[in-house]
Amino acid sequence: MPGISRKVAAALAVSASTALLATACTGQSSSGGTDDASKDTTITFWHAWSAPNEVAGVKALIAGFEKAHPNIHVNVVGNMTDDKMNQALRAGGSKAPDVISSFTTNGVGKFCSSGALVDLGPLFEKSGIDPATTFPKAMSEYTQYDGNRCAVPLLGDAYGLYYNKTAFKKAGITSPPKTWSEFEADARKLTISKGDTYSQLGFMPNYHGWETTTEHYMGQFGPTYFDSSGKSTIATDPAVSAAFTLQKKLVDDLGGFKKLEKFRSGLGDEWGPKHPFQTGQVAMQLDGEWRLGMALDAKPDFEIGVAPLPVPDDQADQYGKGYITGTIAGIAATSKKQNAAWELVKYITTDTDAVVGFSNAIHNVPSTLAALKSPKLKYDPRFKTFLDIAANPNSSTSPASINGGVYLTTIQELGYDYESGKVTDLKAGLKKAAAQIDTDIAQAK
Amino acid sequence: MATTHTLRAKHRRSRLRTLAFLSPWLIGFTVFFAYPMISTVYFSFMHYDGFKPPTWVGTKNWKYVFESYPFFWPALRNTLWLVVIMVTLRVLFGLGIGMLITKIKTGTGVFRTLFYLPYLAPPVAATMAFTFLLNPGTGPVNSILEKAGIPAPGWFNDPSWSKPALTLMFLWGVGDLMVIFMAALLDVPKDQYEAAELDGASAWQRFRFVTLPNISPIIMFAVVTGVIAAMQCYTQPLVAGKVASGVIQGAGTMFQPGYPEHSTLTLPQLVYNLGFQRFDYGSACVVALVLFALSMAFTALLMRRRGGLIQAGD
Repeated sequence: MPGISRKVAAALAVSASTALLATACTGQSSSGGTDDASKDTTITFWHAWSAPNEVAGVKALIAGFEKAHPNIHVNVVGNMTDDKMNQALRAGGSKAPDVISSFTTNGVGKFCSSGALVDLGPLFEKSGIDPATTFPKAMSEYTQYDGNRCAVPLLGDAYGLYYNKTAFKKAGITSPPKTWSEFEADARKLTISKGDTYSQLGFMPNYHGWETTTEHYMGQFGPTYFDSSGKSTIATDPAVSAAFTLQKKLVDDLGGFKKLEKFRSGLGDEWGPKHPFQTGQVAMQLDGEWRLGMALDAKPDFEIGVAPLPVPDDQADQYGKGYITGTIAGIAATSKKQNAAWELVKYITTDTDAVVGFSNAIHNVPSTLAALKSPKLKYDPRFKTFLDIAANPNSSTSPASINGGVYLTTIQELGYDYESGKVTDLKAGLKKAAAQIDTDIAQAK
Repeated sequence: MATTHTLRAKHRRSRLRTLAFLSPWLIGFTVFFAYPMISTVYFSFMHYDGFKPPTWVGTKNWKYVFESYPFFWPALRNTLWLVVIMVTLRVLFGLGIGMLITKIKTGTGVFRTLFYLPYLAPPVAATMAFTFLLNPGTGPVNSILEKAGIPAPGWFNDPSWSKPALTLMFLWGVGDLMVIFMAALLDVPKDQYEAAELDGASAWQRFRFVTLPNISPIIMFAVVTGVIAAMQCYTQPLVAGKVASGVIQGAGTMFQPGYPEHSTLTLPQLVYNLGFQRFDYGSACVVALVLFALSMAFTALLMRRRGGLIQAGD
């Protein structure tokens, strides 16, 4: 190599090969969709369910599909975490999933913007299915990002209020609270102190109180989160500050952050039989529809009541709404059998009998409007509350974002600082959090 | 000419033979160190989500991590805290236990086993056991402290006590260091102690001028490996934070590691969080490089300013 020293040549060769090696692993897999779904084929379906009744439910669901599509065989892989799914969606390969189902709606924005999951919009159109009239509004919202519907709801979760009917009777409360003012008064009445702790707490308002997260509280206030240009609106949306103010008031009224934290740290965990609502230590609980079955299994010595969560006093006419989230399904962009995969996704998410059967098996909220009204749904009468919340047009969700649920973490972090008194100026805190959300989104773009 | 050719061929054969013997190491070094290292530097300047091809963004990721990412500085502080406090205490504790056991006349085997066993406990199980023991409301440790009239700390639920609680757990699993120190202590020549005693050296002087110089390479080994292990601390703080917070990730919710108030957040957790949960490989690579640079800096500092810990010829 005349003119170039050996050292420079070697350095160039190393740099070039490094760049080639680095980029070799990063090529975007081309989307398939050229397979013939009427021919004999096998597709792989990854899901996250693991409990025996859930696994049996998935098995029955897939058996129904294979009966309807005898030529498509499904290789089912359960108990998969989101991290494993993320990795498989990136790597592809013969053992990678064609269809995935994840518990976390937060990943939808990342999946859609990165192209990890196929845009199902054209497939819905081709099949003559309108997602807007098929799925409840909130569920339809959390399964798409920026016009790209890369996911479909596969059963949902609705949040409501569980209350200890026996404790209510003892405290002289005749019905569950409908507004936050009533809720606050009831929570105080239901709180019985014992020394520097409680023998019964009306409600555990602190974040980290299991499902009592910022987004679940805010669902009752109807926040927007982002404006049309994608900028955070949490500093300007009065619904957000109202939700923060309410929570802080509950914390202060029920004994203060430190006393509540000490009590909380001694309570049983969320998924165990010693859950504080089930043991009677907490009289009211913000939770999802799955709690009913878990609480009944724990055989508590009180009567369980179920109702929608309260609404702000000035939104009393919207009582009945709630926060909605759920499981999502999608087709891997790396799949070479996308037509067959679509047949499976279409069946498990839009076939009314299939959705109802799966809902009956695993006690989640059905994810289509038709299934929500189906007479074949079997449930405890109290479960109807969650079906109504899911079908309520005012029910809301937290929208998909390009970096997943990072904005929710930022809001939650402010929540921790505000409830503990570390941040006292809520307006300034919200401004700072909104700026952080915008910075994080800019970083992800 | 013929001689030169023969010599050259001989040299070439010798070089090839050397390379052939070196090749297992060279392949390993290239595949498992050089390539990942160069890739990490490369990706730290790229926007890469793991799906779309990477694009050049210059120093954007570096600026984001240092200026805008709210968790970087708390995680760095926590990691440094663990490196300085936890490693120091672990070395002192390991050495102390090792010395005590070498002095014991009877039941040495029992004590060795007792102190070594906790080291074998799987990290997740050990952390869950400690969060149970140190639960501020229901844990047996606080019940005993309260009965004794001693103010009970919040342990894993209190930001000022969470790192001491973690340290306590790491001290409990100090069995590995104890074994190494015991071997080193038993290796110290007895005649040196006898000579020191004849010279009238006190117990402290015997330790300072006989034991310490003899075991100094082992102390250095314990410190350097301890620093690297502390820098890589991931599982225990993550599990402790998750269990103590009571939150186990459910549908639609996200758990930010570091509970309470980022006090158990470490740099390796950020690498995972940024890379595999946020799909921001560029920023994850920046944090990984900071971690690497810190490890190198600490090791270099310790090797250079070893304070007489390693003598010539060690």
